[in-house]
Amino acid sequence: MRYLPLTDADRRDMLATIGVKSVDELFRDVPQSARLGAKVAGLPDHLGELEVERAFQAYAAKNVSPSVAPFFIGAGAYRHHVPATVDYMIQRGEFLTSYTPYQPEVTQGTLQYLFEFQTQVTLLTGMEVANASMYDGSTGTSEAVLMANRVTRRHKALISGGLHPHYRAIIETTAKWEGFQATIGKVDAEGLEELIASVDKETSCVVVQNPSFFGHVRDFTRLAEACHAAGALLIVVVTEVVSLGLLKPPGEMGADIVVCEGQSIGNGLGFGGPYVGLFATKEKYMRQMPGRLVGETVDADGKRGFVLTLSTREQHIRREKATSNICTNAGLCALAFTVHLTLLGEAGFRRLSELNHAKASQLADKVGALPGVKVLNDSFFNEFTVSLPKAAAPVVETLAAKRILGGVPVSRLLPGDKSLHSDKSVENLLLLAATETATEEGMASLVGALKEAL
Amino acid sequence: MAQSMDRSQGRSGGIATGSSMEAPTFTGNRALQIEEPLIFEMGQPGRTGVDLPEPPKVKDRLNGLRRAGEVGLPGLSEPQVVQHYTRLSQKNYAIDMGVYPLGSCTMKHNPRINEKVARFAGIGDLHPLQPVSTVQGALELIDRLAHWLKTLTGMPAVAMSPAAGAHGEMCGMMAIAAALDAKGERAKRRTVLAPESAHGTNPATAAALGFTVKPIPANEKGRVDLAALKAALGPDVAAIMLTNPNTCGLFESEIVEISKAVHDAGAYFYCDGANFNAIVGRVRPGDLGVDCMHINLHKTFSTPHGGGGPGAGPVVLSAALAPYAPYPWIVKNGDKWEVAEDGAKVDGAPLGRLKAFHGQMGMFTRALAYIMSHGADGLKQVAEDAVLSANYVMAALQDTMTPAFDGPCMHEALFDDTFLKDTGVSTLDFAKAMIDEGYHPMTMYFPLVVHGAMLIEPTESQAKEDLDQFIGALKSLAERAKSGTAAEAFKAAPLYSPRRRLDETLAARKPILRWKPSNNPPGIDPMKQAAE
Repeated sequence: MRYLPLTDADRRDMLATIGVKSVDELFRDVPQSARLGAKVAGLPDHLGELEVERAFQAYAAKNVSPSVAPFFIGAGAYRHHVPATVDYMIQRGEFLTSYTPYQPEVTQGTLQYLFEFQTQVTLLTGMEVANASMYDGSTGTSEAVLMANRVTRRHKALISGGLHPHYRAIIETTAKWEGFQATIGKVDAEGLEELIASVDKETSCVVVQNPSFFGHVRDFTRLAEACHAAGALLIVVVTEVVSLGLLKPPGEMGADIVVCEGQSIGNGLGFGGPYVGLFATKEKYMRQMPGRLVGETVDADGKRGFVLTLSTREQHIRREKATSNICTNAGLCALAFTVHLTLLGEAGFRRLSELNHAKASQLADKVGALPGVKVLNDSFFNEFTVSLPKAAAPVVETLAAKRILGGVPVSRLLPGDKSLHSDKSVENLLLLAATETATEEGMASLVGALKEAL
Repeated sequence: MAQSMDRSQGRSGGIATGSSMEAPTFTGNRALQIEEPLIFEMGQPGRTGVDLPEPPKVKDRLNGLRRAGEVGLPGLSEPQVVQHYTRLSQKNYAIDMGVYPLGSCTMKHNPRINEKVARFAGIGDLHPLQPVSTVQGALELIDRLAHWLKTLTGMPAVAMSPAAGAHGEMCGMMAIAAALDAKGERAKRRTVLAPESAHGTNPATAAALGFTVKPIPANEKGRVDLAALKAALGPDVAAIMLTNPNTCGLFESEIVEISKAVHDAGAYFYCDGANFNAIVGRVRPGDLGVDCMHINLHKTFSTPHGGGGPGAGPVVLSAALAPYAPYPWIVKNGDKWEVAEDGAKVDGAPLGRLKAFHGQMGMFTRALAYIMSHGADGLKQVAEDAVLSANYVMAALQDTMTPAFDGPCMHEALFDDTFLKDTGVSTLDFAKAMIDEGYHPMTMYFPLVVHGAMLIEPTESQAKEDLDQFIGALKSLAERAKSGTAAEAFKAAPLYSPRRRLDETLAARKPILRWKPSNNPPGIDPMKQAAE
C-alpha cells in the first residue's frame, strides 16, 4: 500500500520492542463483542492511483461542467476566474499540510497571511477588526446573530426577507435549538421601511444582505441609526464580495457586524464548499467575536511576529463558557482569498468589480428585452431577478438540456413562499448572474434559448 | 516594524544564545530564512498582478451607492506575490517536512491524488445550485462517500453537511435535542455528561444548546469512572458526550457497559469521533451502542488541515436519531439522484439546516479518494499501523519519559511531566526544544487530566527509521533536561526557528489585529528595520 511505510519486518521489530506477539494484543481493550475479526464486509479493497483517477473522471463525466457551458448562476456562489498563481500557492505543502498555528515559532507563514487577510477584510468591509475567517458566509451569519445576542443580552433577531434563504434557514435552526427568537421580514425591496419600524428595545440585531438575495442594492444608514437608537446591532451580509470594489462598504453605513461569503475571491465554486466566511466588527466588540484571531507581537529577540490571540474567548480554554464552539477556520480558503486579492490589488479589484457590473447590466438589457420578461430590479451589482411569463424551474431544465446553465429558479430556494413579491408568483421568478467570465456568445446562447423556451 | 522596535526597547532580547554569536547580515536574512514584510509595506500604486480588460461602458445601476474612496489595497506584480507567499510558506512546519506528532490532530500524509481529483473539471467547478440533472455524478459521489462512512461505522444514516468537527457536534446534539423534543422530554433532560478529559468543543457545544455540563471523573486507568457515571445518570440527563478512543489515547474498555447504562437511563450516547482513525476498519462504533458520531474527514480521512481548515464533519446517526437529520441529503429516485432540500416532503422531522448548499464537497472528494486508495484492507492496516507506531514510541520512551497510564495505548502516546520534576524544565520548554531538533512539538497540556501532558500521535505515515530518529531526539532532550544543568538552554529554545518565543501576553493585552498605515510611520523602511 503506497501510503504505508512500515514493512512486515518493521512491524515485527516494533512488536518485539513493545513486547507483544501481535497487533491484536494492542487492541485488547476493545470489548470482544465489538472486535471485527476481518476487514469490514461489503467494501472493496484498495486501488492504485490510476484506478482512483478513472473513478473520479467517471463521476465528473456525469456532470455538466460550467467551464464548457454558458453559465449565469449565482444565488450565493459566483463563478470567477481564479489566477493560476492562487492554486499553485495553496498547494504548497508548507501551507496545505500545516495545522492550526498553535506553535507560532514554526507557523509564522500561516500567521502572517492570516494577519494580512484580517487587514484586507477590514479594508473591504470598512470595519475596524476582522477574524481569521469562519467556515463560510452562511454559518458566519448565524454566529453573528449569536454574537449580537451576547453583546446586547437580548434574544430577538429581525431577519430581512432579502437574506439568502439558506442563511435564513440556518439562523432559524440555530434559534430553534439554542433558544432565541428570529423573525423574518419581507423581501427587502419592500421590507426596509418595515424593518426600520420593527426595531424595538428587545431587538438584539437586524440582519440584512447587500446586494440582497434578489440583487437589490440598498443603503442601510437609516436602518443602522434605528438599530443604534434602540440599542440593537446591524448585521450586514455580503454574499458577493466582489461587489465591495464598487459599492459603499457596510462599515460606512453604520454596520456593527459584517459577514461576507469570500468564495468569489480565490475560491472555486466546488459544488458549495469549502468556502470562506469573512467576519468583521467594531473594535469595541472584539472580545465577543467567535473564531480565531491573529495578533501582532514580538519575539524574544524583539522581532515582529504573529500569534493566535484573545484565545480566552475560545472553547479550548473556556470550554462551556466559550463564545462559540468553533475551533477551525477556513485557513487554506483564506489563503486563496488573500493571494487572489493581493494579485488584484486596488486597481485590479476595482476593475474586476466594474467588469462584473457591466456584464450583468448587458445581460439585464438583453434578457429584459425579451417579450414577457421583466427585470424586477431598479438596482443590482452582478445579479438580478426577472419574472418570466411562465414557471422558471422547467425553463431552467429546458436550458440545461441544451447545456446552458441559465440561473436559479427562486422557487428552488423558497418553495411555496407566498410572502415575497406579492404581485409576482414566486414560481415565475428567475435569478440571473453574470461575472467577468460571461461572454458575448454565452449571453447570446442564453437569450436565444430563453426566447425559444418561453 | 516600528511598533515592534518601540516595544523591544529595554528588552535584552532574551537570554544570551547562539544567535548573538552570529554575524549580522545587511538584509537581516539568514540564508534561507528571509525576513518578509507585510504586503501593505510592499505595494506601489500602478502595480498589479492581473490583466483585466477595460469594462464596457454601461448605465450605472448601483442606486447611488458607489464607493467613495479607495479600498486601500496595495499593488503588487505577480512575481512579487509569488515570492512573498513562497517566503511565508518557508516559515511553516508541515506534514510534508517530517514527523508532526501533534496528538489528537492526526497529522497523517495528505496524498496529492486527492488534490488532483478535487480539481477535475466537472467536480471542482460545479455550482451547488446547478439543475440536479447536470450534477448527477456529484450527487452520486456524495452518496458513495456516505455509503463508506455508514458501512465503516456500522450506522444506518449520515448527515453530510456539517463543515467541521465542532459543527458536527452541533448537528449531533441538535438531533438529540430534537429526539427529546419528540418524546416530550426536552424540558426535563437538561444535563449533558462529559468526561473531564473531553475536547473543549464538547462542553462548548452542549452549553450553546442550553444544556448544563456535568463533568465525569476519570479513574486511575485513564478511563471514565463507570460508578461515577452511573451515579450521575438520571431522569435529567440528555446525553453523554464521550470521545473513544479517549483523549488520553486509550480505548474505553467499559464502553459497552457505559452505553447500556446511558440508554437504560433514557439518555443518548454522543461519540466524539475525533479519534476514529485509531479503530477505522477494526471496530464499528455502531456495535458499541453509539447514537451519533461526527467524523473529522481531515483527521481519519486525510483531507489537508490547511493551516486550520477547512475541515468537514459528517455525522453518522443511529436509527433513533436518523429522522432528525438536517437538510439537505441525497436520495435516489429510480435511476435519478435528487436532493432533499428545505421544505421537501420527507419522512421524519429534519432539525433544520446547518450550512448553505450541500456541505464541504471538496473535502468529500478528497476523503473518498483516500478511502478508495486504501480500500477496506488498507483502512484496517491504517488503524493497525497508527496504533503500532504509537505503542512503539511509548515503549521506546517509557524508561526515559513517563507514560501517564499503563498498558497499550491506541493511536497516541500520552506522557506526563514527572520525568521533568525538579529539572527546571517545563512541558512547554521541552516542546519548544523539539523545534530546534527539526520537529513540530507534540500536543501539550492536553488532556487537562494529566499534569504537564505531552500527547504524541505519530500516525501511520512515518517510516520506522524516522520514528527511530524522533525517539532518539526525545531521549536526548529528556536526558539533557534530567542532567539538571540545561534549564536555561531549554528556556531559551527555540533558537533556530524563523522566530523565537513570541510574547503572547503582549499580544493579548494590547491587541493589534490588523495593519494600519500608522503602524509604520513615514520614513521608516520596514526592511531596513528588520535588518537592524
